[in-house]
This record gives sequence, structure tokens and C-alpha cells, in this order.
Amino acid sequence: MAEILNMVHAMGEGFLGPLLWPLAWVVIKVILLLAPVLFMVTYITLAERKVIGAMQVRPGPNRVGFFGILQPLADAVKLIFKETILPTKANKGLFLLAPLLTLVPALLSWAVVPFSPELILADINVGILYILAISSLGAYGIIISGWASNSRYAFLGSMRSVAQMVSYEVSMGFTLIPVILLTGSLSLVDVVEQQKDWWNVIPLAPMFLIYFISVVAETNRSPFDLPEAEPELVAGFLTEYSAMSSGLFFMGEYANIVLVSFLGALVFLGGWLPPLAILSFIPGIIWLGLKAAFLMFVFLWIRATFPRYRYDQLMRLGWKVFLPVSLFWIFLTGLVIQLYRGM
Amino acid sequence: MMVAEFVFYLFAALTVLSALGVVGSRNPVHSVLSLVLAFFSTAGLFVLMGAEFLAAILVMVYMGAVAILFLFVVMMLDVDFAQLRRERVRYLPLGLAVGVVMLVELGLMLGHHHLVEPPVAAVAVDNTLAIGQALFTRYIYPFEVASLILLVALVGAVALTHRERKRLHRQEISQQLARTREDAVELRKVASGEGA
Repeated sequence: MAEILNMVHAMGEGFLGPLLWPLAWVVIKVILLLAPVLFMVTYITLAERKVIGAMQVRPGPNRVGFFGILQPLADAVKLIFKETILPTKANKGLFLLAPLLTLVPALLSWAVVPFSPELILADINVGILYILAISSLGAYGIIISGWASNSRYAFLGSMRSVAQMVSYEVSMGFTLIPVILLTGSLSLVDVVEQQKDWWNVIPLAPMFLIYFISVVAETNRSPFDLPEAEPELVAGFLTEYSAMSSGLFFMGEYANIVLVSFLGALVFLGGWLPPLAILSFIPGIIWLGLKAAFLMFVFLWIRATFPRYRYDQLMRLGWKVFLPVSLFWIFLTGLVIQLYRGM
Repeated sequence: MMVAEFVFYLFAALTVLSALGVVGSRNPVHSVLSLVLAFFSTAGLFVLMGAEFLAAILVMVYMGAVAILFLFVVMMLDVDFAQLRRERVRYLPLGLAVGVVMLVELGLMLGHHHLVEPPVAAVAVDNTLAIGQALFTRYIYPFEVASLILLVALVGAVALTHRERKRLHRQEISQQLARTREDAVELRKVASGEGA
């Protein structure tokens, strides 16, 4: 592996010179990271339709390619070639910027996601904090889209959505603090390595549950998809968007789902560590993928199963249930760690 | 090193430009968005100085929470642009005065502390750890006082805005759960022909 890398470096330096090559190498690494991510983002749309189809006893899309395997490509082509309609009274620049502001943070966070101890774009020592910080920016795309559309439905939808995201970000952040306390580090690689004996989901089971429900709310997924509640708000902040500009919003949403699934797998389910030591012959990246895929499946499963929440219930759940419970667990974890060290 | 310098000037220019945008935009929403951009580029400068903890906190707290609430309020205000423009002239002297005071203060600061290389945090030290240790040992009292002040502000905000709304029917989940069959249903035997 190292020899191949050295060969590539030597070739690249010969081709581009020692000044440009490091920059080009970073670009290559980013592309190598984002290509699989975008692949997952496109194919989770197909998975969603297939899984929900199966749960409702119907085949789901099966016309394009074998078992509908090319359906996401067909959708993408359709979205790209449709006309993007700009509402006359919209604030044009911000209207077009908003979908990008949802998608870009969702992709930026991947920079610190480790796929194995070595396979990570930027191993910074505040990895968890970085993800929390970047994911808090996702709300801007939605709030700007609602305002720039200059439409009441869009505005109400974006207000709701942002209030929801800001509220659940708090509980999501709080569920990660016990993990940080257990690890004593903010680096995601350390967080995974610390789970060698016990996956964090065992001592912190309630936190995992709260984390998962919070990220479902944070990504505006059913049953918390109130921002685009079609019976009351048409489609919320998406109302005025058409063609690829709305496609970008969906890409951002799905990229966030994939991201929080990977994060959940890394932080609570032991990342690339196998569940039993005997199974360690299977590469870690496959374990990580399986765990993340399971969490993504649960996202779809929930969508097919639960009816939509009411808005006041959603706020009550976030502030009056999750917040006190997770605060209590932070204190409890700190106390237990301190007592354990004292022994 | 050259790349770092380039990035520094990029972020510095972005900070200044977006700060100008904050005061110069006609539309208050654009002002807030410029403020957000200013926060972001400042966070970039923090990263360049090796203070990644501060950068992450800046993005999380100021961009992720404070500025979003600003945006919320500004968007929901019924803004009269014409009046805003008229008042701009009225408040110009005051604004200029504040600006001059700030400029003088900045000048004095720079005069005292000679312009040196920006303090680059030692790479070997985990700056999250360093900040934590400083806050919870040396500065523990100021830190606690600051959090108490924040708590007072929090309680104050709730106390000022909270009011009982008598006519509103809220869902009381504890009441709903406490309801039993005996409270809710009354079974009566009605003789035939006697029921109302």
C-alpha cells in the first residue's frame, strides 16, 4: 500500500512539480472521499423507495435497469433537465444560494469522518466539535430559502424547520458529551479506539436512543417532517423550488442522513471494531458500513411506520424530555467516571 | 507557508468586506447574513492561528445559535425601508462618534503592543485541554460568575415574556394520563321509556 502511494506521489510530482502537487493531492483525496458519499446519497433514495415499497407490500421502482437499479440516474437526469423556475418576487441571489448552503455543510462534515484509523481526510483533534459546528450551519440554507422565496408557506415552513433544528441540535450535542467524557478526547479516532471492550451503546443506551431520535428530527425526517407538512404548508420551505434547486435540498437531506448514520455508528456502535474478536478477519470498513447501513435502514423503517408528530409535541419532546434526561446523564456519567477513578 | 499566508489574507479580506456589509447593507436581512459571514471568516482566522477549539465554538455558538436568532427576529420584523433610510442620516453622527472611539481605542492598543507575529498556539499542546485547565483552575471564579450572569439573563427573559394565557387550552399530558375510566364514563341504567 505504502509503495503504491509513494509511486503515485513520485509520478504526481514529476507531472505537476513539487509546488502544485500537494494541492492536487488534496483535491484528489477530497474527490476520493466525496465520490462514495455522493454514491450513497443517490442510492439511499432508491433504497428508501424499495424498503418502503417492501413494507407496504409493493415492488417499488423496478422499470429502469434490473430491479430499478438505474432509477436514481433517471431521477437525476430528469431533475437536471427540468426548468428551474424563479419566483418573480424572490430574492434571486439568496434563493439560488440557499440549496447550496444546505448541501455544502452536509458534505464538509465528511472531512473528519474516519473510515479506519488511517483512512481519514483530516484527523483533527476536535473532530466531534467540528461536526457539531458544521452541522449547525445547515439551518442557514433552510431559513434563507424560506425568506428568499417571498412566499408565506415557505416562510412558515422554514421558521418551523429552523426552530426544530436549533432545538434538537441541543439535545444531539448533549448526547455526545457523555461519550466525550468517557473518551477524554474530541477526536473521532480516539472515540472509536476507546470502545475496544465495550461499545458506547452499552453503558450509554438511553443516550443512543436520544441521539437517534434527535438526528431524525434534525434531518427533518418523518415522523418529524413538520417543515414540509404537506396538509398544512404545501411543502414548507421547498414550495417555490423546482428542478435541480429542489434536488439539491434533497441531496443535502440525504447526505445528512448518511452522515448522522455514520456518526452514530462511530460514536455509539464501535465504528470499525467487529462485534466479536473472532470476526476481525472482516475488514473494519465493512463493519462500519454495515452499522451505518443498519442505522440508515432504521431511518427508512421509521418513515414507513410512524405518523407525523404535532408541532407542540415535538417541541415538548425536545425541551422537556430529551434536554433534562441528557443533562442528567451527563452528570451521571461524570459521577461514575470520577468514582471509578477514585477506586 | 505561502499557502497559509494566502489563506490568511483571503479570510482577513473576507472579514473586513463582510463587516462593511453589516453596516452598509440596505436590507437588514443582508446585514445579518454579512455578520454570519464575518463570524465564519473569523473562525477561519482562528483555525490558522491553531485555535481550532475557539473556531469550532465560535461557529457553533455565534453562527449556529446567536445569529440564527438574530435572523429570526429580523425576518419577522415589519421593516419600513424608506424610514430606515431616513433614520440613517439621523443616526449617522452617533454612529460615526462610536466608530471614532473604537478606532482610537484600537490605535492605542496597537501603539502599546507592538505589531508582532500572531501568537501561534503551540502545536503540541491540545488547546481544548489548555482552555479547560485555564478556565476551571485559574479563572474558575470569573467563569462561574459569568455563567451565573447568563443564568440570570435566562431567567429574566423567561420571567419577562412568560404570561398565563387563560383562554388557551393547552394539552396537559399528566392530566390526560391521570384520567381513569371511572372519571370519564358514567354508566346509568335507564328504564325503558324514561330516558330523556
